[in-house]
Amino acid sequence: MNTAELLADDPLWLILVKVVAIFAFLVVMTLFMINWERKVVARMQQRPGPNRVGPNGWLQSLADGLKLAFKEDIRPVLADKWVFFLAPVVSCIPAFVAFSVIPLGGEVSIFGERTALQLVDLPVGVLVVLACSALGVYGIVLSGWASGSPYPLLSSLRAAAQVISYEIAMGLSILAVVMNSHSLSTADIAGTQTGTILWGLLPAWNAILLPVSFLIYVTSMVGETNRAPFDLPEAESELVGGFHTEYSSLKFALFFLAEYVNMVTVSALATTLFLGGWRFPFVGDDHILNSGWFGLLWFVIKTLGFLFLFIWLRGTLPRLRYDQFMRLGWKFLVPIALVWFVAVAFARYVRQEVETGTGLDTSTALIVIGAFLAAILLIAFLLPDKREQQDPNAVPITGGGYPVPPLDLKVPKSPPRRQVPVAELPGDQTKEPAAVTAASQKEASDGRV
Amino acid sequence: MIASLLAQQPDAVERVVDTVTTGEAVAFWILGPLALAGALGMLFARNAVHSALWLVLTMLSLGVLYMVQQAPFLGFVQIIVYTGAIMMLFLFVLMLVGRDSSDSVVEVLRGQRLAAAVIGVGFAGIVVASVARALTDVEPVGLAAQNTQNGGNVANIGEALFTDYLFPFELTSALLITAAVGAMVLAFTSRTGKDAKKTQRELVEERFRGNRPGSLPGPGVFATANSVATPALLPDGSVASESLSELIETTAKERLEDDVAEVSGTGHQPDAHALKGESS
Repeated sequence: MNTAELLADDPLWLILVKVVAIFAFLVVMTLFMINWERKVVARMQQRPGPNRVGPNGWLQSLADGLKLAFKEDIRPVLADKWVFFLAPVVSCIPAFVAFSVIPLGGEVSIFGERTALQLVDLPVGVLVVLACSALGVYGIVLSGWASGSPYPLLSSLRAAAQVISYEIAMGLSILAVVMNSHSLSTADIAGTQTGTILWGLLPAWNAILLPVSFLIYVTSMVGETNRAPFDLPEAESELVGGFHTEYSSLKFALFFLAEYVNMVTVSALATTLFLGGWRFPFVGDDHILNSGWFGLLWFVIKTLGFLFLFIWLRGTLPRLRYDQFMRLGWKFLVPIALVWFVAVAFARYVRQEVETGTGLDTSTALIVIGAFLAAILLIAFLLPDKREQQDPNAVPITGGGYPVPPLDLKVPKSPPRRQVPVAELPGDQTKEPAAVTAASQKEASDGRV
Repeated sequence: MIASLLAQQPDAVERVVDTVTTGEAVAFWILGPLALAGALGMLFARNAVHSALWLVLTMLSLGVLYMVQQAPFLGFVQIIVYTGAIMMLFLFVLMLVGRDSSDSVVEVLRGQRLAAAVIGVGFAGIVVASVARALTDVEPVGLAAQNTQNGGNVANIGEALFTDYLFPFELTSALLITAAVGAMVLAFTSRTGKDAKKTQRELVEERFRGNRPGSLPGPGVFATANSVATPALLPDGSVASESLSELIETTAKERLEDDVAEVSGTGHQPDAHALKGESS
C-alpha cells in the first residue's frame, strides 16, 4: 500500500495526535541538542561542560528556557513595532511546518488505526522543505531590519545573501536525487533506496550512489541553517549577536528554537534523501528490523549522526570570511552541482538505452564517453597557466600582515654581563622585618651573581 | 512496500475531482480577501519594506490557493521562486536603501495620478472582462486525468513543458541568461590591465613600502561635534590634513575656531576661582 494512500484515510484525531507528537519531538530534540552540543564541544575542548542542573547537567537547557520566558521583554525605541514582533514568529513556524513531510517510520498501528509514521505525503514533498526554508529566512532578515540598529541590519543583509546562494546549491544537489528516484515525494525517495549494490557490500543509499550530491547537500545545509563555520549572520566577534542582538525573553527563545528545529529538519531531510530514510540497510521491507516502530529508531539514529556532524564542525572549524564563503558557494558548489547533474542525466540516459537495447549499444556509448573525456582533456591543456608573479623584492608578510624577519637572520651574540660589585650591608639586618629582609637579600643576591 | 508514485493509481481518481468542493470554497473565501488585503496594503503602506511584506502576503495566499486547486507543484514553486527568491532580493535592495526612507509626497509628474487611475481602471476592466468569460462560459475538464494518470501532476507539467512548450521555455531561459550576463558585465572589474583592482596583498605591501604603515588619524570628534566631517586638530591647534576624507565635505574652518583656540591654549581658560564663589 502506498504511503499517500495509507495517510489519506487518517481520521482527524490521528492527524492531531501526529501534529502534537511532531511538535513535542522537535521541542524535545531542541532541548536535547542544546545540552548535547554544549557537552560535546566541552569535551572537545577538555572541560566538563554543563553538569549542575539535573542528572549530569542534562536539564540545563530546560532551566535556561524557563529563565528566558520570565525575562523582561524589551523593544528598542527605533524598532518597527509590528515587524519586530512578527519576525520571530515567521522564523519559527516554517521550521516546524517543514518537518510535516518527513517520513519517520513505516506502517504502524496507532489505537487500531493502520497508518504510516508521517504527517502528510505530498507528491511535491521535497519542495515543501525548500519553500519552508525560503520562508524561514524572512524571520532573520526582518528581525535585523526591524531592530533599528546597525549590527542586526548588517547581519540580516548577510543572511539574505547567504541563504539565497546556498539554496541554489542545495536545490541543484537535490535535483540529482529526484532524477534518480523519479519522484519528489519524500516517502518515495526513501523507498527507492532499498536493496544493495556491489554484490551486497553496500546499501543502495543515495549517499553512496550520488556522493557528489551528498557532499554538496551536507555543505549547503550547514550554510542554510547559519551554523558554524558558516554562521556569518551571527558572527559574535563582528556583529555582537547578529540579527537577534536586540531581542530578549520569549522572542529570543523563539529564534533559538527555530535555529535548532531547522537543524533537525535539514538533518532529517538528509537522512531521507541520502541515507535511505527510516529503513535499516541490507534487509528487505518485510524483515523484522523494518517493521512497526523500529523504523523510528533507525531514523532517529541517522538524524543524530547528522546533528553530531553539526556539533563536530562547530568544535573544529573557524568561521569563514564573508568573501571566502560566497566564493565557496558560487564558484565551487554551484558549478560542481551543475556538472554533476548533467553527468547523472547522461549516465541515466546511457543505462536506459543499454537496458532497453534500442539504438545505443555499448561501443557507441563508450565512444561518446571517450570523446567527452578527450574534449575535457583538450580544454584542460589549452587553458593558460595561471601563475602568480612573484616580486623578488617583496617584503615577506605573515598572516597578520606584519613583516617578519627572515628565518636565517644572524642575531649578534649578546656581550657577557659585567659583575657589579655590591657593598656589604652593615650587620644590623636582623632588626628589620622579615619580609623586607628577604626582599633586600634577594636584591642583593641578584646583584652579586 | 511503497510503490513508485509514477505507477498508475486507479483509486486516486476518486479523490481528485473536477467540481468545486466545500473545502475549496471555504479556502477561497479566506485566501481571496487575504490576497486582496495584501495587494491594497502594498499600495497604501508608507514604508517600502511594509509594502514588500504585504506583497509577500498576496503571493503566499495565491500559492496556497493553487495548492487547494489541485496544483501543488505550481503552488510550492510560487512560494519558492516569488516569495523566497524574488521578494527576498527586493527586501535586500530596500534594506540597503535604508529603513527610514519613505515615499516623497511631492508630485514630480503633473497629472500622473489621474492618468494612472484612468489607465489602471481600464486595464482592470479588460482583465475582468476577459477572465470572467473564461470562468463562466468555459467548462473545466480533464483535471482528474492530468493529476492522476501518466505520472500525476509534476510529470505531466514536465512533459508539457519539454514537448509542446519547449520553444517558449527556451526563449525564457535565453532571456534570463541575457539578464545574468548583463549583470556580470556591469559588475565586472578587471584583475589585470591598466585599471586593475589591487588585491588585498598588494595593498598591504604597498602600505608597508610607503611612509605610513599604520592607519590614518581618525576624524576629530570633539564634545561639540559628533560628525566625521570634523577634522582632527594637532596639539598646536592646526588641522591634521590626513584626517580629512576625500568623499565627505569637511566642516568649514570658521566653525572650528573655538576648538582650535581651546586646543592651542589661546582661548578662554577655566577660572580657577570659580569654585570658591569668589568673583575674580
